Amino acid sequence: MDLGSINPILLVASIMVSATPILLAAIGEMVVEKSGVLNLGVEGMMITGAVVGFAVAVNTGSPVLGFAAAALASAVLSLSFGVLTQVFLSNQVATGLGLTLVGLGLSALIGKPYEGMKSPTLPKLDIPLLGDLPVLGRMLFSHDIMVYLSLALVAAVWAFLKFTRAGLILRAVGESHDAAHALGYKVVRIRLMAIFFGGACAGLGGAYLSLVRVPQWTEGMTAGAGWIALAIVVFASWRAGRVLIGAYLFGGVTVLQLNLQAAGARVPVELLSTSPYLITILVLVLISARGIHGAPACLGRPFHASS
Amino acid sequence: MNRRTLFTSVAAATLAATAAFAQTDGEPVKAGFIYVGPIGDGGWTYEHNKARLAVEEEFGDAVETVYQESVPEGADAERAITQMALSGADIIFTTSFGYMDPTIAVAEKFPDVKFEHATGYKRADNVSTYSARFYEGRAIQGHIAGSMTETNKIGYIASFPIPEVIRGINSAYLHAKKVNPDVEFSVVWAYTWFDPAKEADAARALIENGNDVILQHTDSTAPQAAAQEAGNVITFGQASDMAEYAPMPRVSSIIDDWAPYYIDRVKAVMDGTWESTDTWDGIGPGMVGIGEITDAVPAEVKEEALALKESIASGDYHPFTGPINRQDGSVWLAEGETASDGDLLGMDFYVEGLTGEIPN
Repeated sequence: MDLGSINPILLVASIMVSATPILLAAIGEMVVEKSGVLNLGVEGMMITGAVVGFAVAVNTGSPVLGFAAAALASAVLSLSFGVLTQVFLSNQVATGLGLTLVGLGLSALIGKPYEGMKSPTLPKLDIPLLGDLPVLGRMLFSHDIMVYLSLALVAAVWAFLKFTRAGLILRAVGESHDAAHALGYKVVRIRLMAIFFGGACAGLGGAYLSLVRVPQWTEGMTAGAGWIALAIVVFASWRAGRVLIGAYLFGGVTVLQLNLQAAGARVPVELLSTSPYLITILVLVLISARGIHGAPACLGRPFHASS
Repeated sequence: MNRRTLFTSVAAATLAATAAFAQTDGEPVKAGFIYVGPIGDGGWTYEHNKARLAVEEEFGDAVETVYQESVPEGADAERAITQMALSGADIIFTTSFGYMDPTIAVAEKFPDVKFEHATGYKRADNVSTYSARFYEGRAIQGHIAGSMTETNKIGYIASFPIPEVIRGINSAYLHAKKVNPDVEFSVVWAYTWFDPAKEADAARALIENGNDVILQHTDSTAPQAAAQEAGNVITFGQASDMAEYAPMPRVSSIIDDWAPYYIDRVKAVMDGTWESTDTWDGIGPGMVGIGEITDAVPAEVKEEALALKESIASGDYHPFTGPINRQDGSVWLAEGETASDGDLLGMDFYVEGLTGEIPN
């Protein structure tokens, strides 16, 4: 076996690209879950973002507009989930699954005319100085803007939840909506905002798939990425930093095993492909054995001011 | 008999007559299709669905078709097929290798429903199998790939380690090797039929490792997009023409044409002549088509490829003609010997010269 043909610089660069969609979706879903809402519709919102982003980018010629439209479309779609679960108190699990089905169907419908088309893709940034560094430049500092935006978003979410008053309120709503309500916070409004944010993030993740990572529109192209994002939130035990680790781990293992195979290494392919899931299960077992799981106490529980 | 009973009995008689009429020739034959990916994948499932539409076109109101997309292979497939059988389908096409055992299991419970399983090898009184000799098309791809590669490295995105996929790898390799003795194959097992992001990642990994030809045995057009982005890499359409990526990177393709077979089999159900059969057709009968070879291919290579296609179609040449050794060096086919269908259907080894192991 000859691992010499794997270029570590290109490898790290591809890992960053392949982790970005799930990172975006997962960080959004984490905020939603931190507010006490379980939205299982990530897959549906991602694919909606993928198709809307692609369609807008093709029609306007601007990938940036595509990303903006994708975020908006998925956020609006997620609000339907928000209204149903927060105002009409429908079951969150069933509504979330419904959202996934709606998203998959809707995207297939919207995407029909766009099959086989090419879209403008995001240019790689040309960062002065940093980009010229010998190894690190190509590895870390010559990506498109969305890669950095996703990393900045993780940092922002972390700081928001940890240091700001608004973040504290959001966490309070997720831990005990009754107490937050008693203190005069608008539980439903805060949760709707979190759901909106989560939808926008999932939309960005989806658009990254169709505009940068693949780049094309194919029906059903998320192929389960939304579910992986959900798993990462649990894996990360609802912490922003660990969401980043989880997303890069999932993205990394996939790209690494493909590269090892391409280089002719004798790797147990099945084992490597399943390893992120195995690690997630392991983490779940560990945190439940320890008894501290970090899940918001009101996760998935319906709230009504009268109760 | 008062008036009310008179009316009732007339109505009943009319109803009975209508029912009898419907049963004799009004009831359309219901054909069901189980797909492994979405119908818009641009590849494998897209072609099966095109054939379904051809069935509707052919028989009009005499047929009703139903389909279900993105059915996972394995246990859930059994549920989906059962559902379709319960909903009154007369014939069900299950269009992926992984539906083999579920199809057989469901067929046992519904002896009156006809089943058609694609690319498998298990049959029953009410289960037929059908497949296309994709390896014939792979031989032509291998020829073009071997002639055109400049790095002498050809990447192959494989799906699952099943005979059909291994056959394709062997056939492409043998014919690439024939024109270019230095050629090397890198095979990447994606363990999926359809996952555009993963397929694109696999294509990129291969390109980054120096492969300048990408062959794929997965269903989406994502590898084509990745190759186009990289530039200077050639690809081949898989299962469908994928002409939107012509003339570069896609320089030719294998096209599956299921329509004549599906029309034939649905007709057999209508006529009551359906029997369990095993169909395996190639370029000759038209089940495997070779998409247009574009101008990106040098003229003489194109000519050779077309000549190869002709000789395979006419039966003069078999892509697996000895001498061929197995990977371990043992003799598989002696000089001039051609592979039997049995050998091909159960193929679980690489031919000599391929590196790496088949995962199991």
